Amino acid sequence: MDNDFSQLSRRRFAAGLALGSVALALPLPLRALTVDEARGLVDRVVGDINKVINSGRSETAMYGDFERIFSKYADVPVIARSALGVAARSASKAQMAAFTKAYQGYLSRKYGKRFREFIGGKIEVTGAQPIKSYYEVISMAYLQGEQPFEVRWQVSDKSGKNLFFNIIIEGVNMLASERAEVGALLDKRKGDLDAMIADLQTAI
Amino acid sequence: MLENVFQCAFRARNFMWLLAVTALTACGPAPVAQGINDPYEQTNRNIHQINLAVDRNVVRPVSRLFGDGDGFVLRRAKNFAGNLSVPGTVVNNLLQLRIADAGQNTLRFAVNSTFGLAGLFDPAGTLGVAPKPTDFGETLHVWGVGEGPYMEVPLVGPSTARDTLGTAVDLVINPTNLLPEPEVYVGVAAKLASRLGDRARYSGTVDSILYDSADSYAQTRLLYLQNRRFELGKGKPADAATGFVDPYEDPYGQ
Repeated sequence: MDNDFSQLSRRRFAAGLALGSVALALPLPLRALTVDEARGLVDRVVGDINKVINSGRSETAMYGDFERIFSKYADVPVIARSALGVAARSASKAQMAAFTKAYQGYLSRKYGKRFREFIGGKIEVTGAQPIKSYYEVISMAYLQGEQPFEVRWQVSDKSGKNLFFNIIIEGVNMLASERAEVGALLDKRKGDLDAMIADLQTAI
Repeated sequence: MLENVFQCAFRARNFMWLLAVTALTACGPAPVAQGINDPYEQTNRNIHQINLAVDRNVVRPVSRLFGDGDGFVLRRAKNFAGNLSVPGTVVNNLLQLRIADAGQNTLRFAVNSTFGLAGLFDPAGTLGVAPKPTDFGETLHVWGVGEGPYMEVPLVGPSTARDTLGTAVDLVINPTNLLPEPEVYVGVAAKLASRLGDRARYSGTVDSILYDSADSYAQTRLLYLQNRRFELGKGKPADAATGFVDPYEDPYGQ
């Protein structure tokens, strides 16, 4: 086991996280999600992503494509609330709205940059399983010059729509990483949520 | 006659060794750890600062010489260094009693060392014989040794007590250490080049973790522990290793 930073990055951590920001919302009637539906959602998202990464468009254009996909399909409010953690409890409605908006832009920029690493690659859905109250769809990512690696998509219909709320790349959990990062951002500002919201708008 | 006695003694010794390993593995692997066990956090954070300084001033600038880290020559160096590490990997496969993995790695080594021109190319991979990487840290895990405290090792990076011991043992038990003098250095140089190449190849990702995070120490630690536990858990649900909470059930993740 090579324990250096490069080895970590070989897991394509951040690149995979970029995908995690993408979610598919289908206007399905309110009923319980099934394994097949969860799988179908990821199939469609993966199809969209594969189309973009193999479109031959410029990187800048692709970046825009991915950002649009993200802002349209991610369950941003849930991701934002979870990333903020305990601090979300004492936040006002207005603060949560402002944070969610700023955080969505921040996430788009942060992970959108990583999408270029997927150019020429592909993702294949290999399975799906129910876990507690949500579904986990398992896929393999095949990137040029890399050993294939596992990407798990967590899908829920709790918001009223079928949405992704998390992604796990070879064990590395986007929500967990984001919780740690947002916690650190808040600590740096001595817990001042408004200051963090202001900074998030220009971060990265 | 004497020869036979020696042979018998040798076999018996091997047999005892196998028994010992079997006994160890019979205990079963250690449970995959959860949460973060970092009692030496302040020391680790100091070492992290040193590692950051080394990366910023030496590793990253030097790695820039490797371009995108995916050139033809660099790939050969990477393959060569990787191939040289395979015998050590096979030793660990065997110590874990993962005989199929040992066989697959041995096949890779045989094919790549010959048809792959001493490991410069990877025809085995092209034929679909994928590497089965492992290390002595995993061997210790299989033998039931727990993860131990998290630690950041100077010039190496994130690790745990168990994995640091594993890394040290791997350096010693690799059979290719026995290569004669000039060849050994070629191997070391290839390994160094391959590391620097990786730093170049993944610079965007590495830089974002090391230099764009609010707390790069915490991010590195989380990333390492989650990924390592995933490797050791071999396909267990991600929740078990990461202590994940469902944001719909527990919105504030308490």
